[in-house]
Amino acid sequence: MTNKSLVSINDLSTDELVRLLDLAERFEQNPAQPVLDGRIVATLFFEPSTRTRLSFESAVNRLGGRVIGFSEAASSSVAKGESLKDTILTVANYSDLIVMRHPIEGSARWAAEMSPVPIVNAGDGANQHPTQTMLDLYSIRKTQGTLYNQRVVMVGDLKYGRTVHSLLLAMAQFNASFVFISPKELQMPLELKQFLNERGLRFEEHTELAENIKDADIVYMTRVQRERFSDPMEYERVKNAYVLRRHMLEGTKPNMRVLHPLPRVNEIHVDVDDSPKAYYFTQALNGVFARMAIMTAILGLTDRVK
Amino acid sequence: MKEDKKHLSVSAIQNGTVIDHIPAQNLFKVISILGLDGISNQITFGSNFGSEKMGRKAIVKIADKYFERDEINRIAIVAPNAKLNIIKDYEVVEKMVVEVPKEIRGIVRCMNPKCITNAEGIGTRFEVADKASVTLRCCYCEKITDPDHMEFL
Ligand SMILES: [Zn+2]
Repeated sequence: MTNKSLVSINDLSTDELVRLLDLAERFEQNPAQPVLDGRIVATLFFEPSTRTRLSFESAVNRLGGRVIGFSEAASSSVAKGESLKDTILTVANYSDLIVMRHPIEGSARWAAEMSPVPIVNAGDGANQHPTQTMLDLYSIRKTQGTLYNQRVVMVGDLKYGRTVHSLLLAMAQFNASFVFISPKELQMPLELKQFLNERGLRFEEHTELAENIKDADIVYMTRVQRERFSDPMEYERVKNAYVLRRHMLEGTKPNMRVLHPLPRVNEIHVDVDDSPKAYYFTQALNGVFARMAIMTAILGLTDRVK
Repeated sequence: MKEDKKHLSVSAIQNGTVIDHIPAQNLFKVISILGLDGISNQITFGSNFGSEKMGRKAIVKIADKYFERDEINRIAIVAPNAKLNIIKDYEVVEKMVVEVPKEIRGIVRCMNPKCITNAEGIGTRFEVADKASVTLRCCYCEKITDPDHMEFL
């Protein structure tokens, strides 16, 4: 994938995906590898996302590269009315790779078509966030030993959650089965359920949390946001129904792990945090290794990795 | 035979192209996509002819004009069953059908209001996700635009 942008998880073949996960694993075993020595990575955050930005910047720093960029559109040229195209073409002069987050869907693909240097999409509105998907896959493979034949339970906002949509599409390549747990108003979109049907992959849909996680390998929690509900009463009715608590983990499989893209609000109770099945903080750490792998591969520096 | 009489009712051309089997409601879209509203050739068209296959259809005849394959395929989204007769000296010398292309540039608006193609005023580009129903997937925001929601630029 040298010099190719990473805009969408769909840009990667199954082989490329697995090779990137292998590379991430090598970085986890040996994180101090200055393969980006002498390189500059620009992080352009047209909307704020502190965690994602810090994760990328940590990855560049671990690789011995330098970071330039901005984290608030208000303080950047965007506020002065400079178009996205102009920003990308300008910053491409100053950097070897651009990491961008932008609220408009499709902006990363457009930037990639325009840019002389590769683009890594760090989120384009509700569309794609491929490095998040990579770190989710890495976390699943690491905790389960394989990506194949996993039973993945997805909980919360399954209608608007791009994280779960991308993860579903990725895990479908590895013969996963799915359980969707959400309020009626936030169910998995029909298009994705049709996709699973076409692939012959099994899924179930439920509205109740505790009783449907017993045979899970992965429980992937997401936030249920008030603003997603047309009826505020409906939100009040369901807001506590999708909160994972420690006692619900009793009777779940020993290999089961709880994942969450973070930040959480209250959907995972803090009493879960010190359970050995809570994996979401390590999952965030895995994001650094996944991003190290992605940037190294895109810049064609894989040969330098020990 | 019946068909032939209907053709005649839109007057024959000596040289040029006849486009038949256009859904009547999409006649003006075909005219606009092929840029026929901006050329000086003689054009005749007729609409609301009965067709057993497709309800009401329209026909366009363009004198002294021949189309490239790529040009013709651009009308696939509005007239996937259109048939072309290439006329030379009043005779049909070649017949062509429209093929739905793999990719469509321009013509259609992405139905996702949050898509960059609607925000920055940049050209649209779609991959044809389903040829039979002409369902499009935006190459930028990756959302589906289906025939029921299709708006033309
Ligand atoms: Zn779009």
